[in-house]
Amino acid sequence: MLRITDLFARVEEKEILKGLNLTVNPGEVHAIMGPNGAGKSTLGNVLSGRDGYEVTGGSVDFNGKDLFELEIEERAREGLFLAFQYPVEIPGVSNMEFLKAAVDAKRKHHGQAELSAVEFMKLARETSKRVSLDQAFLKRGVNEGFSGGEKKRNEIMQMMLLEPSLCILDETDSGLDIDALQVVANGVNAMRSAERSFIVVTHYQRLLDYIVPDYVHVLANGRIVKTGGKELALELEEKGYAWLENEAV
Amino acid sequence: MSDFQHQAIRLTTQQQPVTWLESLRNKATDEWLAQPWPTRKTEHWKYTPMQALHKTIFHTWGATANQTLDKDLAEELIPLDAHRLVFINGVFDPVYSSKLPESIVRFSNANADQQALIQEHLGNIVEGDKHLFATLNNAWLDDGILVHVPRNVQLDKPVYIVNVVTAMAAVSNQRVLIVLGENSRADVVEHYFSRDEVQNGFANSLTEVHLADGANLHHYRLNLEEEHAQHIGAVHVDLQRNARFRGFALALGSSLMRVDYQLNHRGQGAELDLQGVYLPRNQQVVDYHTNVCHWVPHCTSNEVFRGIVGDSAQAIFNGCIYIHQDAQKTLAELSNKNLLTSNKAEVNTKPELEIYADDVKCAHGATISQLNNNARYYLQSRGLSRAEADVMLSFGFINELLEQIAQPVVHDYLQPRLAKLFGRDNSLNDASALAELADD
Repeated sequence: MLRITDLFARVEEKEILKGLNLTVNPGEVHAIMGPNGAGKSTLGNVLSGRDGYEVTGGSVDFNGKDLFELEIEERAREGLFLAFQYPVEIPGVSNMEFLKAAVDAKRKHHGQAELSAVEFMKLARETSKRVSLDQAFLKRGVNEGFSGGEKKRNEIMQMMLLEPSLCILDETDSGLDIDALQVVANGVNAMRSAERSFIVVTHYQRLLDYIVPDYVHVLANGRIVKTGGKELALELEEKGYAWLENEAV
Repeated sequence: MSDFQHQAIRLTTQQQPVTWLESLRNKATDEWLAQPWPTRKTEHWKYTPMQALHKTIFHTWGATANQTLDKDLAEELIPLDAHRLVFINGVFDPVYSSKLPESIVRFSNANADQQALIQEHLGNIVEGDKHLFATLNNAWLDDGILVHVPRNVQLDKPVYIVNVVTAMAAVSNQRVLIVLGENSRADVVEHYFSRDEVQNGFANSLTEVHLADGANLHHYRLNLEEEHAQHIGAVHVDLQRNARFRGFALALGSSLMRVDYQLNHRGQGAELDLQGVYLPRNQQVVDYHTNVCHWVPHCTSNEVFRGIVGDSAQAIFNGCIYIHQDAQKTLAELSNKNLLTSNKAEVNTKPELEIYADDVKCAHGATISQLNNNARYYLQSRGLSRAEADVMLSFGFINELLEQIAQPVVHDYLQPRLAKLFGRDNSLNDASALAELADD
């Protein structure tokens, strides 16, 4: 699914990722934890292709393709999905039109016909129910005036509509109360399958009570410094990150 | 004095004006001929290309009477349940106009009371000596529309005034006078359009609005004329105590499209909201000049104009807020944002604040910007190409204002038409409406 080899990346001259290695197989859920500034969000941004993130070394193989040869939108159409930590508000652009354009872009890429407006409406309404998002949100501007929880549910809704093969959740738990967290986690769990993989980036162990990972990695100083099973998250919760950061230097 | 000024007056010999407006006409004719013609050095005409007007060879006054809309043009009408008045090349069309209630009358049909009311206000809300083309409108006065809503009355339906140009190089003079009595309320939609193949029409339009204490007007001015049309128009509004004016302006652009808004807060507690959208393309020009004057304390004004300028088009926006020394506790905001989608497109924007009171809250800003990179990235990360994302974001930029149109039929008329300019289709909104019907 995804093989990251010796990845180096920087933002504005500052080296953030320094030789990161990670392999994710189909169906696996990987949690990436780590202190602030370790490079957790950079990883998501580099993988999705955001401007300003410069890859200076290493390679990423995504389903047999060189990820860095693909444009942002091609990565998305090939099945990579980044759930944003801070979803962007776009007033004036209807959420529904945006969602349909996204679904159609992917379908066209895979040689499928675009959905009719009515087909899409049905699909969108069903999906919004699955994430407990009122249908009124479909008509609003993209994320416009949404609460933190509503924005995250909108992210999960997009994930459900696009059916990606690799989902990267960038601190999706930040700013969520416990109810919203459960809705989001239930959405993710419902999407788990033998073909679909997840990278769950989080600062806190809390989310991993709901989305139980197969592997937990600690990212510090731009590299994975420790890998373990789900019990590692509990250990980190107890001991903090300091003891591992020393290992990374 | 210019050739244009002479030509313009020569045209009036073709008119058959209402006699009781004769003195206003004559006075204006003298003033029009005496006023200096604007040049590049005239402050309020600095960026407005007037050459198009000079080049135009005039023309006939209006057109032969008794014309009516054909089927294609009739389909362009907004399907508004309204008191409708249709003018074709400046000539009243009795077929497509509805039977008018007492509160709406053409000057030529006004009774004695209405004539008195017209004479009281007409030409008195606009300060003619400061507005060249308002003077011309007075000089060209042959007919007009009075909308008079008495105190405490809410007009049962919107007033829908349609001006269509179907003849080559037709000149027309359009005049509207809106007088709202105390605590009355009305919606007025002014809609200008023309047949694509007719060119070089020139319309001079003037709307004067008097809002008595507590009166409330929603006013729409939609300029959807063809590419080569020329239109100079103005809306002059006086707001008395606690009156409320809510305006929406739209211009797609033509070879010369100039619209002035002069808004006067004359009574305390008055509020105004004015929003505008302009979308010139090809070689088109759109010019909005707005001037909001706070003469008295405790009034608010909020003005937002947004434009997208493409190809070799030109947009001009001049937004002035004047706050008299007596106008304490004024709240005034003005924002003008522009998107340029071609490197040959041009915008000249100038916000002006003149503040002579010391206890006021004012904000103004004008920007010429690119699309938001974060928003573009977000859309691309969901699979939209950069080009698709840009179209979506550009339309969103003006759609934010369209979404605030209070009259749903007007919104539903404009939104898909403008979306189409961006190559968007509206089937999703239609489907959504259908789906809702199915739910009910």
